[in-house]
Amino acid sequence: MRRASTVTTPRKLSPYAIARTRRKKSLQRFAQAFFGQPAGVIGLVILSVFVLLAVSAPLLFDREMLDITKTLGNESLEPPNGDFWLGTDENGRSILAVLVWGARASLVVGLAASLISMVLGTLIGIGSGHYTGLAGSALQRLTDWFLVIPFIPLVVVLAAVLGQRGLGTIVLVLGVTSWPGTARLVRAQTLSVEGRPYLERAKVLGDSDWQQMTKHVLPNVMPLVIANTTLTVAIVILSETTLAFLGLGDPFLDSWGTMLDKATGAGAASTGAWWYLLPPGICVILVVLAFTLIGRTLEVVLNPRLGSE
Amino acid sequence: MSDVAALELRDVHVTYRTREGPVPAVRGVDLSVFAGEVVGVAGESGCGKSTIVSTILRLFPASATVTGEVLLDGENVLTMRWGRMRAVRWGVASVVFQGALHSLNPIQRIGTQLVEPIFLHDKLATDNSAATKVRTLLEQVGLPARHADAYPHQLSGGQKQRVMIALALACDPQVLICDEPTTALDVMVQAQILELLIGIARERSMAMLLISHDLSVLGTSCDRVAVMYAGRIIEHGPARAVFDWPEHPYTRALSSAFPTIGDAASRYAPSGLPGDPPFPGDLPSGCPFHPRCPSALPVCPTVDVKLLPAGPGRTAACVLVDQSVPTR
Amino acid sequence: MAVAAAVRAADSDPEPQRPARGGQQGGLGRFIGYRLVAGLGTLVFVLLFNFFLFRMLPGDPAARYRAVKSISPADLAKIRDELTAPLPQQFVAYLKDPLALDGISSWKGQPVWDLVQGRAWPTLVLLGATTIVAVVIGVWIGIKAGWNRGSRFDKVSTAVTLLFYATPEFWLGLLLILLFSTGIGFFPGIFPSGGVIDSGIDPLSFEGITSIADHTVLPAVALAAVYLAEYSLIMRASMVDELGQDYLMTARAKGMMDHMVRRRHAVPNASLPTITLIFLNIGFIIGGAITVETVFSYPGLGLLTFEAVSEQDYVLMQALFLVFTMSVIVFNIIADIVIAVIDPRIRT
Ligand SMILES: Nc1ncnc2c1ncn2[C@@H]1O[C@H](COP(=O)(O)OP(=O)(O)O)[C@@H](O)[C@H]1O
Ligand code: SF4
Ligand SMILES: [Mg+2]
Repeated sequence: MRRASTVTTPRKLSPYAIARTRRKKSLQRFAQAFFGQPAGVIGLVILSVFVLLAVSAPLLFDREMLDITKTLGNESLEPPNGDFWLGTDENGRSILAVLVWGARASLVVGLAASLISMVLGTLIGIGSGHYTGLAGSALQRLTDWFLVIPFIPLVVVLAAVLGQRGLGTIVLVLGVTSWPGTARLVRAQTLSVEGRPYLERAKVLGDSDWQQMTKHVLPNVMPLVIANTTLTVAIVILSETTLAFLGLGDPFLDSWGTMLDKATGAGAASTGAWWYLLPPGICVILVVLAFTLIGRTLEVVLNPRLGSE
Repeated sequence: MSDVAALELRDVHVTYRTREGPVPAVRGVDLSVFAGEVVGVAGESGCGKSTIVSTILRLFPASATVTGEVLLDGENVLTMRWGRMRAVRWGVASVVFQGALHSLNPIQRIGTQLVEPIFLHDKLATDNSAATKVRTLLEQVGLPARHADAYPHQLSGGQKQRVMIALALACDPQVLICDEPTTALDVMVQAQILELLIGIARERSMAMLLISHDLSVLGTSCDRVAVMYAGRIIEHGPARAVFDWPEHPYTRALSSAFPTIGDAASRYAPSGLPGDPPFPGDLPSGCPFHPRCPSALPVCPTVDVKLLPAGPGRTAACVLVDQSVPTR
Repeated sequence: MAVAAAVRAADSDPEPQRPARGGQQGGLGRFIGYRLVAGLGTLVFVLLFNFFLFRMLPGDPAARYRAVKSISPADLAKIRDELTAPLPQQFVAYLKDPLALDGISSWKGQPVWDLVQGRAWPTLVLLGATTIVAVVIGVWIGIKAGWNRGSRFDKVSTAVTLLFYATPEFWLGLLLILLFSTGIGFFPGIFPSGGVIDSGIDPLSFEGITSIADHTVLPAVALAAVYLAEYSLIMRASMVDELGQDYLMTARAKGMMDHMVRRRHAVPNASLPTITLIFLNIGFIIGGAITVETVFSYPGLGLLTFEAVSEQDYVLMQALFLVFTMSVIVFNIIADIVIAVIDPRIRT
């Protein structure tokens, strides 16, 4: 909304102080805009709950409870009861305990892989937008090619090819397959930034390519990248679940996807063991939903074009 | 000239409800346009010109509350049934919109878009008659008939605006409303488009409401002009007179120092007036112009200025006007 | 007369691109040509990628064939020679047969393309059902929600579609099996939970078709729910983008009814991103159905992929990967062409 404003220029402030107050102001504005969006707030609340659970997992349930050699005494596939609020799995473990520990796995994998994807996507995106010559178009081609490679089969094949399946492998596989979308977005934004006067000026003043990209382009694409990365986290968590479900996850890591894999293996769907099937799925949905809601809100708040409601 | 105005606004108020509170964009406007007349409305960006246009065909968003009367040939638009409203739209009055360059559907051929209102309003139209009509319309606005097969992106800004004018004429309306029809165009083309519009209106004896931020253009081409400020008409009268001898200090500022036509910057800072136009959601007290008025008196922040007689066929809303009336 | 003067002056108006009569078709043809060449480039990349991806395998690639009894020791030795040759030599061999037309599955000992062929039709059935349901319902919801932004329908449908968007399709599949195949509480177990057709029935007979439908309902619903969510969300966003456009104001001012403005002007413009996504997804679903086909033991290409991975049958994986990638490329090209047909700005 357009508004009349009388701008008073602060004269005696150092540029540093001005920059600081401006940053503080824009942060305030951002927070105000974000918290004005119910969807974003809901997402943040859901996410906070899961982060809290993940962090306090060792306090809530002893690690020992996940060790199948220690749970042999419990009945397997027991429906929810006073001792086991969500029942037990086929090894007699408390599903609630596995679930809470699973939050760690999902969040860690989601965030770490998205970080890799963000760095790759931003570098390749800015590079392909900034360099006009062969390098630029080569990077663009690369992005286009990776965009057409079907994601799930690639991940499945990569995971199979990479053999030993640790947490690191999964993070790596998901990270290196998630970047093309980000790169394309960043490239478009870079191109629009490149056309702006201050970049022309920087070029004339002889800033190096690196300076131009880090000082001018990067700060301008960053808001978009952050919103996009938040949405990527959602997709990565879904992919991790899929991988683990197909038995391509880390067999020693109790993620929600692994739980679902084991539940299917134990015939939960065909024997009616709903307490084994529902909780991990609902947790995945909630966390993915949380990141999606936050990402969409960030998009609206950070993107001036979308923001004008 | 019949005694019923082709278009008449009576005490029209428009308030937008927004999250930041109500925005009274138009605050009591009276204006009439008779057949064969060209009436101009001038004023800075944000003074409520487009909002007025939106009331005429009831095209305002749901967030707007409109009161008063908007009469097309004596019939109140604001209380019409929807069926009648749709018939009146384009049939009785049509609009050349402000966003000239985006007012056409980008993925439809020009001809398709021109034909659409013809079939909509003339139940007897045939494919043949409509095609003939399209050809005539395009020729009337100075475009070759083959442009009917073109897509909007293949035309220049001026050509697109000509298409918009052809579109506005498609159903032979009595009233033609032009909301800053030349703003988005380059200087050379602006004059041509304006000439075309005025010529067509005069030739067909239409009632035309011509909106512009450029008072000098209106002064030379209209019969009457109204000058708006902060949602109100603050001066009204014969075009030449208002432009040559402005009564209101705001009109004076608009007319004296107006830069050349087509200077894009002039739209945002006309006449080098100090300060910005007020935001309608937060208007200054008294005469809303007083913070920027070079002739402001101590009483100006408190008096509620009304349009007062200010010479033959003229009115102006300023405390200074009272004193100047007898000298004329 | 002023009009005449202005009319004459019109020709001094700068014209960026003169519309040439009949030039549209030529533009489209050129565009398609260009698109096919670009697609070919992508294909070359994929073939290279495919070569290196499957040469990074750990272990002795030929060892797996030992389990297959139908392969003679001589053939086994030949396969080993091929698979252990130096990379450049392998590459030459690969270039002679990039599609692995005479590749042998290490799992079944059959030519891989025979396996692929036998599994293609169930996937196509599933894909067709899923796409039709997801497109029709998703686009409808998106249009209605976006056009009436902020309405109750918009709020509810956006909440529900976001929920489906966040749901792993295979979990939905498990849930559907639990509810409608196993049956629990008052939910009836009426649908089969495995296969694509009851054994011993001719798929082209009436019983065959109903049996296929019976087997396809649940997996199709699981997949469609997720894709439907995606379509409706993007269609809604595009509709909202169009809402503020000037040409819609023009259409309304012409006196059109609201639903005509929507159908004739807003939807065609807003549908462009969704159309791209739909075609792209057709390519992706072929591969993305892996989990759902696995859950329902639905014998399509997805289940075959799962089996290839479990059996570590890399030749089969390679062939499947090629099928998936090629289908994405092909549907990508189709999407671009459809868009170009609709949007004149693309083809000039
Ligand atoms: N849909 C709307 N919602 C809220 N405020 C609006 C809306 N449309 C216009 N306004 C406000 O109303 C005032 C008048 O706008 P407008 O009629 O477009 O002015 P003009 O056409 O003279 O430039 C402006 O301050 C503008 O911000
Ligand atoms: S009333 Fe006062 S402030 Fe308003 S225009 Fe007249 S002199 Fe200026
Ligand atoms: Mg306006």
